[in-house]
Amino acid sequence: MRNKKEQGAFHLMLLPGMLLLAVFSFLPMFGIVMAFQNFVPAKGMFRSPWVGLEHFKFMFSLPDSSQIFANTLIIALGKILFHMVVAVIFALLLNEIRVAPVKKAVQTIVYLPHFLSWVVLSTVVINMFSYEGPINQLVTLLGGKPVLFLASNTWFRPVVIATDVWKEFGYNSIIYLAALTGVDPGLYEAASIDGASRWKQTLHITLPSLLPTLLLMSILNMGSILSAGFDQIYNLYNPLVYETGDIIDTYVYRVGLVQRQYSLGTAVGLLKSAVSFILIVGSNTLANRFAKIRVF
Amino acid sequence: MITSKSFGSRAASVAVWAAVLGMACLCLLPLLNMVALSFSSSAAATGNLVGLVPVDFTAESYSRLITDQQFWRSFGISVLRVALGASLNVCLTVLTAYPLSKPKSRFPAQPVYMKIVLFAMLFSGGTIPTFLVVKNTGLLNSLFALILPTAVPIFNVIILMNFFKGTPEALEDAAIIDGAGQWQMLLKIFLPISLPALATVGLFSIVGHWNDYFQALLYIQSTENYPLQTYIQQLTVDLSTVTDPERLKELSRISGRTFNAAKIVASTVPLLCIYPFLQKYFVTGITIGSVKG
Repeated sequence: MRNKKEQGAFHLMLLPGMLLLAVFSFLPMFGIVMAFQNFVPAKGMFRSPWVGLEHFKFMFSLPDSSQIFANTLIIALGKILFHMVVAVIFALLLNEIRVAPVKKAVQTIVYLPHFLSWVVLSTVVINMFSYEGPINQLVTLLGGKPVLFLASNTWFRPVVIATDVWKEFGYNSIIYLAALTGVDPGLYEAASIDGASRWKQTLHITLPSLLPTLLLMSILNMGSILSAGFDQIYNLYNPLVYETGDIIDTYVYRVGLVQRQYSLGTAVGLLKSAVSFILIVGSNTLANRFAKIRVF
Repeated sequence: MITSKSFGSRAASVAVWAAVLGMACLCLLPLLNMVALSFSSSAAATGNLVGLVPVDFTAESYSRLITDQQFWRSFGISVLRVALGASLNVCLTVLTAYPLSKPKSRFPAQPVYMKIVLFAMLFSGGTIPTFLVVKNTGLLNSLFALILPTAVPIFNVIILMNFFKGTPEALEDAAIIDGAGQWQMLLKIFLPISLPALATVGLFSIVGHWNDYFQALLYIQSTENYPLQTYIQQLTVDLSTVTDPERLKELSRISGRTFNAAKIVASTVPLLCIYPFLQKYFVTGITIGSVKG
């Protein structure tokens, strides 16, 4: 009998969460139906005309679509790669600093941008990369001509990737730093006795020890490869750079919501959700097989 | 241990220090520039004369800020949102994570709930269907639209669940012998020992709510009801994309580089106040979340 009371308690605890999930997570899933209709808000979901795969066919025929998928993948992959490289390099460098207060101070500073919003940081970035801003001043100092970075299709993606790396490299380095402290110091001592220089030690001891963490992080990041960073890009982009900077999420927001093409927006969003689902499940299964590490 | 101090290794040390300090400066300087801008005169800002130190020092932007009603209204809305939203998040995280952490032998329905929660985490209906659901529940333009859709932070639930799973069984067994029911166990035993994990979850929730601008962009229709980040976001929007002449006039009046800089600095201050706590808890947070099996 006590067992029944206990079960009751468990179900009761879960109730509020389940209700909220039901309304705000599961109910919208039924809205996916809109992707297969010509949704008219006045008619609602049950009376809007059914058009089957028309929106998907339309999506694939639009020159825009390949553009946004390409942009999303390029930006996301670029971010994953450079996030990793810079964070690892920083972790390696910071690991060499033995003076504790300096290390702590540096860490405090580099973790900060991660906690600031892109609303705030986009103003900082726009300031930095403006026509007469510091970056262009540096360019002219070095003999080049100033560039309108955030309006140029050549430069928009690199700026997006670089500033995102700048924002996150401190925070990303935490996990690599943790991995580095887990390396057996005996290995380093043995190596230096054998005459290995710091550089050789880094190559042959440190980097191989980081490999599992690196591999794990790349696998887990693959799951989110279709999210190239809406918050950042929305605050930095403008019509001039849609060609290289428009990603799936900004397209869905602009065309689907602002321009009220609900059905098309839902169709694109559905494609993204479905592919992301496969990627996340796939990558987590891989991570589990590979390193016995699971998020869930 | 005698270490060699060859020229090569000394040079390498210098290079490493320079690189590390350089990267730290890279993070700090753009932010200092923003602070400097907020204390500079409008003329200096437009002339791009401001570097790391204010030019023509003036607190004019800040004195204008103090009287800017909309800024403080939005600030207040954000504070309210964080208070309500983060509390709701933490409560729901605890309530959901606790039963989920029980083994199937104790709670036969656990696997079912687990699958439901996982599916919700992996798959979503998308922005547009969610927007329509919020619209149809009549929550548009209300504070609840900013809090309820994201009320169950599933990722945090999983982190806390793993944490609960890691607590020693003996604790629970002893409590059962003493005749404790599940609610008592949760409130009197599990909650107190999980305070660091709760602090981590709570802090992430606070930062998330404070920094979010998108939810309000979607769901709030009158600009007076915007929370702080959305309000600032609208200000810094490129004036050339605004077509409404009234809005253009208004924006030109309340925008202005130094004024915007002051607003941005003011909106970051609360975050800086909790930053020491953030630092203390989030490093542990990252390790709590990983379970090696």
